[in-house]
Amino acid sequence: MLNFEPRQLAIVAGKEFRDRLRSRWVLVAATVFTVFALVIAFFGTASEGAVGLQGLDATIASLVSLVIYLVPLIALILGYDAVVGESERGSLDLLLSMPITRAEFLLGKFCGLAAALAVATFVGFGLVGAIFAWSLGVGAMAPYLVFMLSTLALGCVFLSLAVALSVAAKSRVTAIGLAVALWFFYVLVYDLLLLGSLVADDGRYSGAVLPFALMLNPTDVYRLTNIAALPDMRSLYGLATVVPDALGRIPLLGSVLVLWIVTPLFAAYRLLEVK
Amino acid sequence: MNVPVIEARGVTRTYGEVRAVDGVDLDVAPGEIFGLIGHNGAGKSTLIRLVLGLVAPQAGEIRCMGVPVLGPAFRDVRRQLAYLPENVAFYENLTGLETLHFYAKLKGLTLSAARPLLDKVGLAHAAQRPLRGYSKGMRQRLGLAQALLGTPRLLVLDEPTTGLDPAGIREFYGILEDCRARGMTIILSSHNLAEIEGHLDRLALMSQGRVRATGNLDTLSRELDLPVQIALKLKPGVEQSFGAWLARETGLKLAPRGEGYGFTCTPARKMSVLAALATRGAEVLDIDLKRPSLEDVYLEHTAAFAGGSPC
Repeated sequence: MLNFEPRQLAIVAGKEFRDRLRSRWVLVAATVFTVFALVIAFFGTASEGAVGLQGLDATIASLVSLVIYLVPLIALILGYDAVVGESERGSLDLLLSMPITRAEFLLGKFCGLAAALAVATFVGFGLVGAIFAWSLGVGAMAPYLVFMLSTLALGCVFLSLAVALSVAAKSRVTAIGLAVALWFFYVLVYDLLLLGSLVADDGRYSGAVLPFALMLNPTDVYRLTNIAALPDMRSLYGLATVVPDALGRIPLLGSVLVLWIVTPLFAAYRLLEVK
Repeated sequence: MNVPVIEARGVTRTYGEVRAVDGVDLDVAPGEIFGLIGHNGAGKSTLIRLVLGLVAPQAGEIRCMGVPVLGPAFRDVRRQLAYLPENVAFYENLTGLETLHFYAKLKGLTLSAARPLLDKVGLAHAAQRPLRGYSKGMRQRLGLAQALLGTPRLLVLDEPTTGLDPAGIREFYGILEDCRARGMTIILSSHNLAEIEGHLDRLALMSQGRVRATGNLDTLSRELDLPVQIALKLKPGVEQSFGAWLARETGLKLAPRGEGYGFTCTPARKMSVLAALATRGAEVLDIDLKRPSLEDVYLEHTAAFAGGSPC
């Protein structure tokens, strides 16, 4: 079973990461994150007549809402052609004829792209984090750290899903179609369906199922993680009140996100095995 | 120890209804240049991908250098084999040199191996240029350079001369002879029979997923008893008498051609016909012997299975 050479993984990951640096993908993503974070931090409550650095909690709450739309989309676009792109171009056969296993290849792809996402996330949201740390002191920054780490985790979840559909899809066109469908489903449709079913049966059954149903949508897990990090924010979110305390613990929610990263990758590996 | 480089038994691979490779046995010995010959769609590329462990057969067994190609130990064999896929593609954003560096790293080689190879395939001038500016022929040359990384024991080349101009094709076969001299085993596929003909030690003729015949060109054409073509050029003025004599002597059907005659005879009779010609050698200016070409052999071997006349 120990037919695993981290060196081979690192070579693929390194190439993937450098590709994204060179193509300026990392720069563009980091800039987008920076601009949004700055705008939200300084003008988040402009509609209420106040301009200037907002409170940390309110800023995180706004950033979370933004990230739920933006980061899954960015991660899906980043990863959708990881494998299908190679096979469609005609470079996959040669790569797999090298002394590399398919697990190393797949994980290498994922790690390289995840590293690009990590740099974009930490650089992009780091500036606003630094401004808050300078203004509030480093000690107050725990919720912001949770925000950045969970944002990266959310990105990795959708990256992992993207890599999986990149293995499953026969062509890049199919892959991008599936990616967009996935985004619609988890970001827009899922919560509406959940809400609809809650209303429809007056919460008799769906109420009990709801906390678990939320775990099946990584964007909800992400939201809950950040709410859990900001006790004062719970009141701002109606949803939070229906979640049992057990599900409000950050380690547990973090583990759910990790599971969401591992499972699609494992499925992708099974799909990619020599057939 | 003379372990076969490739040992395949009863290998079958289907895609849906199509039996791309159908019950194929294949043996390739160390140090030979072995050709997989067949039309497009005959199953050559699929057989190659099976041999390299890139796809799994539904039936049969394949060993490469004695190791099952789908087993975990095959990784070590991969370090000693090189592959040039048909219509190979690389990463457009990398330069030629970076491309070779990437594959060299995966094979655990030092990067210094890359430059001399670019020189060897005539790409030294383009080493620092991104591949998006490379022509088809340049990509094919880069593909060959990639395959030569680290002096592999086995080279597997799928339609390697596609996209090369005549000068490039000549250079390519020069490099191939070089590799053979260094003891490499080479498997190459081609549908261009005239071009590949003089370069093979042994070959397998494929059609419709099956190997129809294996051997060297001589054996294969002898088995078929394909006729040898002979053309005679005679001294001016002797054509009539010489023709009448030769027809009487050998019973062959002669056709007047240019300043002499053209005719065919079976390989078995070739020597006796030549001996007869030698008795009146003073009247013969030139003899041109043409043995059956690879194309003749291929068409003869596969026509029976194609269900139609050869093209």
